[in-house]
Amino acid sequence: MLLFTLRRFNLFLFTMVLLTILSFSLSFLFPGEQITNISGKINASPESIELIALHYGKHESILSQYWIYLNHLFKGDWGLSMTSQLPILDEIYNHLPATIELTISALFIAMIVGIPIGFIAAINHRKKSDDLILSFAMIGYSIPIFWLGLLAILIFSIQLGWLPSAGQISLLYEIKQITGIQFIDILLSDSPYKWQAFQDASSHILLPSCVVALAPATIFIRLARTSMLNVLETHYIKAAMAKGLTFRQIIYRHAIRNAMVNVIRDVGLQFANLVTLAMVTEVIFSWPGIGRWLIESIYQRDYTAIQGGLLALSCFIFLVHIFTDFVYATLNPLAREKNRGSR
Amino acid sequence: MAFYSSLKKAHCSFFIVMCVGLFACNSENKASLSANSIVYCSEGAPEIFNPQLITSGVTVDATSKQLYNQLITFNADNSISPSLAKSWHVTRDNKKITFYIRKNVNFHQTNFFTPTRALNADDVLFSFNRILDKKHLFHQVSGGKYPFFQSVGFSELIQSIERINDYTVRFTLNRADSSFLANLATDFSVILSKEYAEQLVKQNQMEHIDIHPIGTGPFKLKEYRTGSFIRYNPHEQYWDEKTTLKQLVYDITPSNTGRLTKLLTGECDISSYPIAHEKIKKNPKLALDNVTAFNIGYLGFNTTKYPFDNKLVRKAVSHAINRQAILDTVYFGKAEAATTILPPSSWAYNKDIPSINYSIKMAKNILEEAGFTDGLTIDLWAMPVQRSYNPDAVTMAKLIQADLKLIGITVNIVSYNWHEFLRRVTLGEHQSVLLGWTADHPDPDNFFTPLLSCGAAETGNNGNFWCNNQFDFLIQSALATTEINKRKALYMQALHILAEELPLLPIAHSKRFQARSIKIKGQLLNSFGSIDFKGVSKN
Repeated sequence: MLLFTLRRFNLFLFTMVLLTILSFSLSFLFPGEQITNISGKINASPESIELIALHYGKHESILSQYWIYLNHLFKGDWGLSMTSQLPILDEIYNHLPATIELTISALFIAMIVGIPIGFIAAINHRKKSDDLILSFAMIGYSIPIFWLGLLAILIFSIQLGWLPSAGQISLLYEIKQITGIQFIDILLSDSPYKWQAFQDASSHILLPSCVVALAPATIFIRLARTSMLNVLETHYIKAAMAKGLTFRQIIYRHAIRNAMVNVIRDVGLQFANLVTLAMVTEVIFSWPGIGRWLIESIYQRDYTAIQGGLLALSCFIFLVHIFTDFVYATLNPLAREKNRGSR
Repeated sequence: MAFYSSLKKAHCSFFIVMCVGLFACNSENKASLSANSIVYCSEGAPEIFNPQLITSGVTVDATSKQLYNQLITFNADNSISPSLAKSWHVTRDNKKITFYIRKNVNFHQTNFFTPTRALNADDVLFSFNRILDKKHLFHQVSGGKYPFFQSVGFSELIQSIERINDYTVRFTLNRADSSFLANLATDFSVILSKEYAEQLVKQNQMEHIDIHPIGTGPFKLKEYRTGSFIRYNPHEQYWDEKTTLKQLVYDITPSNTGRLTKLLTGECDISSYPIAHEKIKKNPKLALDNVTAFNIGYLGFNTTKYPFDNKLVRKAVSHAINRQAILDTVYFGKAEAATTILPPSSWAYNKDIPSINYSIKMAKNILEEAGFTDGLTIDLWAMPVQRSYNPDAVTMAKLIQADLKLIGITVNIVSYNWHEFLRRVTLGEHQSVLLGWTADHPDPDNFFTPLLSCGAAETGNNGNFWCNNQFDFLIQSALATTEINKRKALYMQALHILAEELPLLPIAHSKRFQARSIKIKGQLLNSFGSIDFKGVSKN
C-alpha cells in the first residue's frame, strides 16, 4: 500500500509541476503586461507596478521567476481577479464548494441509477430489456447537455412549475456561509426557516444534478453491464452454479461485488467528464459554481482568474481521481500489490 | 427472498414519502417567508454603493432611492418637493439658497455602525464638500471622480456652503443657475453620514464608506455578494412612511432569457427590462408596466480618435445607418425615432431641427470626399446590458455592421461586462460606442451638460470626448436665465450645432418596461431617474 501511495503521490507532484508551468506561461501568452496578468492589479500606478515586478522577481531569470511564482502559490497569493479585484483564492473558495456539491450529487445519482440498470441489462443479456436499456443509454449519451438543460427548464420549471430554474437556493433564505457547502451551512445555521431552506435547496439541486448525471449514468450502465458480463463468465460463478446456489444468491453474494470493483475504477475517469458537463450546466442553471465563474472570466478576459481557475479545477479533478484510485485499491487487493493472485 | 423484496418495498416507499414531503411542504412554507419579501431581478451588478460616484443606471437603480435620501425630491408631476430639507428659500437673484433640514431623521443602524445622533447640517456639508473640496479627506477615496457633478460644473457653480445652525445650510452660487435645484433633487445628490465617516477614519477603513453604505433611506444593506445578489432589510427608524416589506432582494440576472424564466417560474416578483412582452401580457399572473422615459439611445463617436475625429466620416456613417430598421428590430416599434437628443415631450424640443436622412449614395459620396476610397475598419462597442434606451445593443451593432458594409466600412463588435465596459469607455479606448442617457430630472439641460459639455468631455463619461466652445457658451447662457423663451432659443441654436457637428447620432427615445407578478402593488418606475421601492408592497 505504501508503494501504491508513493506512486500516486509522485504522479500528483509531476502533474502539479506541469500544471503550474502551464499557468505560469499563460501569464506570458495572454495579451497585455505579464506582471498585470499574474498579479491582476489593473489600476496600479507606475511606482506600484515596479514594486509588484520586484515582488515577482521580474528582473531575475525565468527559472527563478517561476520559483517565486510557486512560492506565491503556496503562500496562498494567487493574485487578484481583474474584474472584481478580489483575491483569486477567495473567489475559488466562494465558488468551488457549489461545484463540488453539484458534481457529487450528480455522481451519486448517476451511480445509483446507472449501475443497477447496467446489472439488470447484463443479467438479461441478449433479451429485449437488454436491447431497450442499451438503446436508451445510447440516446442518453448522445443528447447535448446544453439542449437537455434548456429542455428540462422548459418542461419542469416553466410548463409544469415543479422545480426552480436557477440558483442554489431561493435568495429569500439568509444562509451564512461557513463551510461553503450549502447543505452543511443550512444545517449549521440558526435560521428559523432552516428546514424550509433545506427543502428549497434540495429542489434547486435536483434539476441541474439530474441533467449533469444523464451522460455519466449512461456510461455507468454500459460499464456495469460489461463488467457484470465478464464476471458472469468467470469460473467462480460457474463453480457457484455447480454448487447449486440460486441465481439470486449468485448475483447478490458474488457477482455484484466483483463487478462493482471494476466500475469503481472508472469513476475517477468519469469525474473529469462530469466536471466539464457541470461547467456547462452551471451556466444554464445560473449555478454559482467555479465552472460558471471560469466561463465568465473567459468572457471578461480576466486572465488572472483563468490561470487560477484552471489550476484549482484541475487540482480538484486530480485529487478526486487519486481518491477513487485509493477506494479501488482498498476494495481490490490485485490493484495495490501485483504479487498477489496469479499472474 | 421475502426479506429482500420487503426491504426493497420499504426503501421505495421511504423514497416516495421523502419526495412527496419535499414538494408538498415546499410551496406552503415558502409562502410564509415570501409573503412580505420581494425578489427583484435586476439586469446588472452595481459598481459601488454610492451614487455620487457614478452615472450608470444599474447602480442608481440599486442604491439611490433605496439607501439614501436627497435634500429635495421630485413629485409625480415633476415639481420639486421637500425631502430631507423640509423647506427652502431662494433669494431674488437666484444666487443664495437656504435649506431648512428636517429634524429627527435617523441613519441606518447596522452591525458595523450605530448612529448616536440624528441627521444635521454637518452631514449635508460633509456630503457636498466631499465632492467639491479636492483637499477633503474623503475626496480621493474611491477614485475622486464625481462624473455627474463634474459634468454639470458643480465646483465652478458653488461659491460656498455654509452651516448657519444645526438645521440650516446655505448654498451660495457664483452665478444664477436655473437647473440647480433640479440637480440637487437628482439621484446623485445623496446625503451621507458624517459620523460614520469619522468612525471609518478611526478604523482606517475609509473606502468602506462607498462599499458598506450608511444612509437615511427606507432600506439598509444587509449583504452583497458580488455579481450575485443584494439583500436589503427595511430601515426601522425611517423618517417617512415605512415600507411594509420584510426583505428586498436584487437577484442580479444579466441574461434576458434568465430574467424571463425566473419571472415565469415565480422565482422573481419583478423583472427589469423584460423581453417577450406578448407572452407576459397573456399570462394571467403577470402584468407589464411601462412609462414614457426621458431618454435617448445614441451612437457615440470618439471625436478624439481616428477616424471619427473627421467630421465627414461621422456624417457618412450617420447617413448609412438605417435607423428605421433598428427601431423595428431592436425596439419592436415601441420607440420614437430620435431627430435630436431631446425627446419630444421636453419643453425645449424643436421639430424644425433637420434630421439625418438614410442614403447610401450620400454616405458613399461623403466618405469619398473625406478621402476614404478603399474602405475602413472600425470598432463598435456595444453595451452588454439592457437599458430602456437600448434594449439590445448587440443586435443593434449587428444591424449597423450590415449597413456600414454597404459603404465599405468593416465593423468589429466589441463588448465587455458593464463595469469593465464603462471603465474602458471612460478611458477612451473605443472608436464608436452604442450608449444612451436617461434623464435624471425634467430640465432639458440634463440632456446637454452631462452629455456634451466640455466638462463631460473631461470625465469621458459620455464616450465622445467632444468639446465645442460655442456650444458650451450657449448651454451655459441657457442656464443663466430663468426665462423659458430665451432658454428655448438658446437650446435651438445648440441643437443646430449638434446637427452640424454630429458628435453622436441620436437613434431612439424609448419607453421603459417592467414586468411584475400581479401580487405586487405600488409605483416602482418613474419617467426619469431610478426605481423606487418605497411605496411598493406585496399581498
